[in-house]
Amino acid sequence: MSEFDHDHPGVSRRRVLECMTWAGTGVLWTISGGVPRSLGMVGSAEAAAAPGMTFLQISDSHVGFDKPANPNALGTLEEAIAKINAMPAKPSFMIHTGDITHLSKAAEFDNAERIISQAKLDVHYVPGEHDFIDEEVKLYKERYGKGTKGAGWYSFDANGVHFIGLVNVVDLKAGGLGNLGAEQLAWLEDDLKAKSKSTPVVVFAHIPLWTVYPQWGWGTEDGARALDTLKGFGSVTVLNGHIHQVMQKVEGNVTFHTARSTAFPQPAPGTAPSPGPMKVEDSKLRTLLGVASINFKQNNQPLAIIDTPLQG
Amino acid sequence: MKSPTRRGLGIAIAAALFLHLGFLGGARAEDAANLNVMIDNFTFEPAQLTVKVGATVTWKNRDDIPHTVVSAGKFRSKTLDTDDSFSFTFTAAGDYKYFCSLHPHMTGMIKVE
Repeated sequence: MSEFDHDHPGVSRRRVLECMTWAGTGVLWTISGGVPRSLGMVGSAEAAAAPGMTFLQISDSHVGFDKPANPNALGTLEEAIAKINAMPAKPSFMIHTGDITHLSKAAEFDNAERIISQAKLDVHYVPGEHDFIDEEVKLYKERYGKGTKGAGWYSFDANGVHFIGLVNVVDLKAGGLGNLGAEQLAWLEDDLKAKSKSTPVVVFAHIPLWTVYPQWGWGTEDGARALDTLKGFGSVTVLNGHIHQVMQKVEGNVTFHTARSTAFPQPAPGTAPSPGPMKVEDSKLRTLLGVASINFKQNNQPLAIIDTPLQG
Repeated sequence: MKSPTRRGLGIAIAAALFLHLGFLGGARAEDAANLNVMIDNFTFEPAQLTVKVGATVTWKNRDDIPHTVVSAGKFRSKTLDTDDSFSFTFTAAGDYKYFCSLHPHMTGMIKVE
């Protein structure tokens, strides 16, 4: 099933071409050597789609959430999965960057599983802070912790790309941000030791690994140490959730990207008194929820992240 | 007319207990109403509260997102969903710094005198 050719790893070192559409604006960006350049308007998110290895990212399903910002978070997750099922080309697999549930209740995990499994894709999870709040902190691990280390971190390879799932939502310190911890950082260093620097790396974790907005806790205390470990790798893509909106940054060969939630939007940094759920007009909600598809082309070596809203 | 008598007795016992506990704890009745910390917009309000030894402080989450109240080694609430409360009685003087273990940028302090 793998189309990967080990003699010709897929993604370039210097030239990271990134195509990305922003919902509602339809601007296609290309980023070469870290400099963004607009290619102009595109008709739809699908316009940027291209052959190659494609995987999906969904995030922040918050199954069980029923507050005004979205009284039916399970329903919008269902819509997201339907959207995935309607994609013309079947993605290789899916990652979920955490906050599967809202309150870590068994029924919430069960409902999430029931819906997400309808995509009939392998799903690689990392936990969000909302997945670790059951009394005994065991439900997430029982379901998704198999074969993982520590609080649930792990790595795997697919189509020549090395994927690393990190956990930055446990053992948080007062006044601090997300936290990876010494044990996980040591594991990461060890995990990367055997990898050639030309191996494309995708790191995914719930809270952004880079500092988005510390006033709201949107960052990871020791995220920079993880990124140090990734220095020298030609292509690094960091995929996060937690902030319920698309945000992107390119630094050298590292592309940072956060995905939309499938449950409810959160405000842009500093635009509201708190990062809590943002209530928008019912007709707008689905334009602010969605899924991301990430495409590694085998030949031209561009990496494309396409964010697709549920609607609009 | 049994029940009014019973209720009257109940109230009398409750009042006696209240006074008794109040005496032991040193917290006066008028303080009790103010010993609340509200969680709104990812902040503890008031961020710092001064109470007397024996006082019980109640935190109430009014956000649409769950929070916790954790003071390392001292107390730890379960996860508080919207409108859930957590109470803790302070039996020793000191500065009790606490935070939300889910959103650690949320911090507060109870000064117990």
